[in-house]
Amino acid sequence: MSDIYVKFEDKLPGRVLEEMKVEAKANKLTDAEITKALNEAVKEYGESLISPGESIGIITAESFGEAGTQMTLDVFHMAGVAEIQVTRGLPRLIELFDARKIPSTPSMEVYLKPEHTKTEKTIRKIASYLKEMKLNEISKEFTLNIMSESIEVELDEKKMRDFGFKKDEIYETLKKNLKNATIKDSKKGFTLKPDTEEINLSILYKLKENAKDALLRGIPKIKQVLPTKKDGKYVILCAGSNLKKVLKMDQVEEKLTISNNLFEIATTLGIEAARQAIINESVAVIENQGLDIDIRHVMFLADLMTQTGVVRGITRGGISGEKESVLARASFETPLNHLIIASLTGGKDNLKSVIENVMVNQPIPLGTGLPELVSSIGDKKEKETEK
Amino acid sequence: MTENITKKIKSIKFSMLSPNSVKRMSVAKIVTPELYDREGYPVDGGLMDIRMGVIDPGLKCKTCNQRLKECPGHFGYMDLARPVLHIKYLDTILRYLRSTCLECGKILVEEEKIKKHLKNVRDAEQERRYKVKKNLINAFANSIKLVKKCPHCKAKQKKITIEKPSTILEDGKRLTPIQIKARLEKIADMDIISLGNNPESAKPEWMVLDILAVPPVTIRPSITLQSGERSEDDLTHKLSDIVRINQRLFENINAGAPEIIIEDLWDLLQYHVTTFFDNAVAQVPVARHRSGQPLKTLHERIKTKEGRFRHNLAGKRVNFSARTVISADPRIRFNEVGVPKVIAMELTIPEKVTEWNIEWLKGLIKQGPKNYPGANYVIRPDSRKKSITDETQEALLEELQPGYVVERHIVDGDISIFNRQPSLHRMSIMCHKIIILPGKSFRLNPAVCTPYGADFDGDEMNLHIPQTEEARSEAEILMSVENHIISPKNGLNIIGSMEDAISGLYLLTKNMKFSKKDATELLFSAGIVNDEMKDFKNEVSGKEIFSIVIPNDFTFIGTSKNGDDVEIKKGQLIEGVIDKALVGEDNGQLIREIYAKYDEQTGIEFLAKIFKLGIETLLKSGFTIGISDSDVPEKVNKKNKDLIEKAKLKADNLITDYEKGKLEILPGNSMEETLELKITEILNKVRNDISEQVNNSVDENNPTIIMANSGAKGNLLNVAMMSSCVGQQAIKGKRVKGNYSGRALSLFKKGDPSPEAHGFIEKGYKQGLNPYEYFFGAMTGRDALMDVALRTPKSGYLYRRLSNALQDIRVEYDSTVRDAEKSIIQFKYGEDGIDIAKSDGGKINVKKIIKQIKKK
Repeated sequence: MSDIYVKFEDKLPGRVLEEMKVEAKANKLTDAEITKALNEAVKEYGESLISPGESIGIITAESFGEAGTQMTLDVFHMAGVAEIQVTRGLPRLIELFDARKIPSTPSMEVYLKPEHTKTEKTIRKIASYLKEMKLNEISKEFTLNIMSESIEVELDEKKMRDFGFKKDEIYETLKKNLKNATIKDSKKGFTLKPDTEEINLSILYKLKENAKDALLRGIPKIKQVLPTKKDGKYVILCAGSNLKKVLKMDQVEEKLTISNNLFEIATTLGIEAARQAIINESVAVIENQGLDIDIRHVMFLADLMTQTGVVRGITRGGISGEKESVLARASFETPLNHLIIASLTGGKDNLKSVIENVMVNQPIPLGTGLPELVSSIGDKKEKETEK
Repeated sequence: MTENITKKIKSIKFSMLSPNSVKRMSVAKIVTPELYDREGYPVDGGLMDIRMGVIDPGLKCKTCNQRLKECPGHFGYMDLARPVLHIKYLDTILRYLRSTCLECGKILVEEEKIKKHLKNVRDAEQERRYKVKKNLINAFANSIKLVKKCPHCKAKQKKITIEKPSTILEDGKRLTPIQIKARLEKIADMDIISLGNNPESAKPEWMVLDILAVPPVTIRPSITLQSGERSEDDLTHKLSDIVRINQRLFENINAGAPEIIIEDLWDLLQYHVTTFFDNAVAQVPVARHRSGQPLKTLHERIKTKEGRFRHNLAGKRVNFSARTVISADPRIRFNEVGVPKVIAMELTIPEKVTEWNIEWLKGLIKQGPKNYPGANYVIRPDSRKKSITDETQEALLEELQPGYVVERHIVDGDISIFNRQPSLHRMSIMCHKIIILPGKSFRLNPAVCTPYGADFDGDEMNLHIPQTEEARSEAEILMSVENHIISPKNGLNIIGSMEDAISGLYLLTKNMKFSKKDATELLFSAGIVNDEMKDFKNEVSGKEIFSIVIPNDFTFIGTSKNGDDVEIKKGQLIEGVIDKALVGEDNGQLIREIYAKYDEQTGIEFLAKIFKLGIETLLKSGFTIGISDSDVPEKVNKKNKDLIEKAKLKADNLITDYEKGKLEILPGNSMEETLELKITEILNKVRNDISEQVNNSVDENNPTIIMANSGAKGNLLNVAMMSSCVGQQAIKGKRVKGNYSGRALSLFKKGDPSPEAHGFIEKGYKQGLNPYEYFFGAMTGRDALMDVALRTPKSGYLYRRLSNALQDIRVEYDSTVRDAEKSIIQFKYGEDGIDIAKSDGGKINVKKIIKQIKKK
């Protein structure tokens, strides 16, 4: 039976073939009927193919631009009763297309390997290991002692108990994480003394701030954790994102865990993953807003943004700024800068894209302006004279 | 009127103007700040010198001997007494000074390193990795900064600093532009290349100006005020400042004035030249008019939305266009536009005279420009344009022969392009056929409001008349309304039945019965005449009437709004009711099916027919709502009240729990947040419950319910809001917060978390709202207004950025998607090459195909 499909493999897209297989089985079609259906599909596919010269870029821009006017400006969104805040709506879409280095609400979905999801307790424990804990959070007070030229840290016993810390443990981690300082045990907590030869107030103050931020446990940048269930799987939702470190943890299922930070994904998982992330995040926004934009537009935009192997935003510093045409760049933003740079480097505009040709009143190379059926007579004459 | 394009611009090159080329292209040397002599005639050697072009209608240009409209203008020049720095190239000057030796002028790097660097740059250039190239050059230039000793001549280097805006210091001592120029002249071409610049287009010494190009008079025309006074352009003002100071500097130098005075004047000259280029340089005082308004100099002319690029080059004004208010006319077709006669007599189409149409055109000329239909102009073969007046009419009629062109008034059936701003998608500009109508507004079918986003509360729209045969055929084939029923955004139909048409069709196909006479009359009034009508029996059902419009070989199975099956077999509606899900906008399955199966023309005709049929049905049967139509039975009313009471009680219980601290906290939230969330949940649920109650109780034949059920307008929630309970008002997704020290309004207790204190409106609109409830309603209304006002510019900018970045990307003949530089973005568009506007919701509908195969 599968031979029928093989014949059509280069005539139909895989998605259609797959759907056809499933549907044919469900409807119990005979082989002849399947061939008939496939031929019909080929015909329909041929009719719906895109025409050469179609200005697909503008169509995509329009699809997003028009939909953008219908989106809400609601910055934060909390799905369900208890979830971590994530930016949604137009601000998130703008953020994605800008390719900002850090999103306004970085977040992660951490999935665990099956063996670690047996009881809720273990999950909670892992979650608590994820969360970034700083010395500040379990301390009562940081005192700057000018007389002894040191910092005195007073620990909060109750909080230590709540979060499961022991003093000697803290001592060890501090030793590792707090550089340029000698740590001594004191009655209430620790005494810190800078290692530098000369000790002045600003060094002491700096040490105090550093000590507050000293990491005791967990993964840096993970600000908040929330273990929940999603589609039957246990997930730890995190506010803050640190994909690289989280993926290194043994308990984490690497295949499912994901961040919403495009750059982190691009650097840790590669550009293809970043492309998929752009698609997923954009689709999430579009669906959340109750809009309907075809996936092809999103895919196209993601392809464009990741085309060169790095994530480029749709900004004057990104795609728009890297165009070859001087006039196209100048017509977007900061026109004079582009003209000056062009004059310095001897820039040449070959009038290959749209806006330059609009400027000089010539047909644009899109759609019906694309075919060049008229041969240039000038060249012919030149060749003849050359002979 | 043969207009052959004989020349085409292939490329445009950018470079600096060298002093030599300035001199070469100049026609006049400017020496005097005076503009006009006593008679008001431009002074020779002044800034309005008529060798640089003319702006007076009476004068002729001394250079090209042409008049005002023909003369393009010519440059002049001015010798500066002392050189000044070009402010826009200041950064580049600094870079050159910092990276070259002060003695020998060579780059402060060993030969080999330069060679290696040059190779890297060239490689990057070849691979078109411009960003890499830029970074390479920047890194190279930055690495030089630290070199203290020239590797070539071993001279010790001094530190170059800049004192803003344009004073360059070397180890704290000022470098004059003369010294700078001398330094820059020493730099070799190879070294210029290694800093990323092209020595042919921009020699470093050109960045220090000792000759200034004076722009033509034509780009800075003076305006004659009503009083007869002349008001000069900002640029002329600035230039005359420069000439004046320059003159003074010359005189002082020649007179041997003390150095300090000369330096002061020199700085002043630098200031004027700087503000001539850019009047918004940081730390340079802004040059102003006497009135205090800043001068608009060169940079201000180019940048921003109102600048040359975006205002005049990327967007242009056109002729043969009209704009007026729009109003609705359901009697005209979708692809027609009603044009008022006054407009029709202004807009023309050039009609070439042939021996076949000469009589017709002569008739139009006889009518002249004042009668309709007539003609406004005749264009002779030598492209001389003659306007038709009472005097010229006779002569023109006489000489008219094939080869002439007559600009005739537009008439019924002519092609036009119709547009409404904001043009957010391609359906915002479509091709309509003209219908001349009385009145003064454009008329359009209400069904095409959606693609334009138009309504009739005073909207205006634009009409364009394509002037060439190519333009007309392109407009008709590519831009016509029938080709834009399916949106390329998601593959759904953007045009469909709406409002009353849907209500009408819903009623018609539900259970209406007609006598043969009435049925025929109904169809006839909708403009439908059909052979099938003969077969009507004495009693005709609404379904049969609807079936008349469906093509006879059409078979279809779909689902209606409430999930019931709708079946059409061989052009007969057998089962189901027609509603929004079948013929509406965005989700009209039936429309898309017909559109896919037959051609565009059939599709749009079907749509037009059912649209009219729906409206006519309502006209015949009558359709109205009154205040009593939002009534609910007393029983239900009581039930609703109970529901509200219960919800309030639940909320109260939660509040007491909260006050006692017994409330179970939801993970990730504080106690207060938990309370908020839980109360909100209860209150939102209550309205849904009420709407369900209302739905279960009301009469199906109630017009409000008919509208909600058919999807014509409103939904059941709206019905509930009218009759029973408006519900919780939310601002930013939360209950109305107390912003006045813990309360929303001063009549509530501080910190009161009860439902009514935070925007829960428990009454329906019909019963009337309390003052505070009304206030909460107004709050949400204002919030929505604000949201729109804040969102529009943001999404507008996003759109502008997107369209700018994506505008040159197209599908190539090899089905790849590429940009203007021909680099591939996708191998196949959307990975399967399907055009969304040609597909059904962006897919090949496999299920439909199989269904059809099974049926046969």
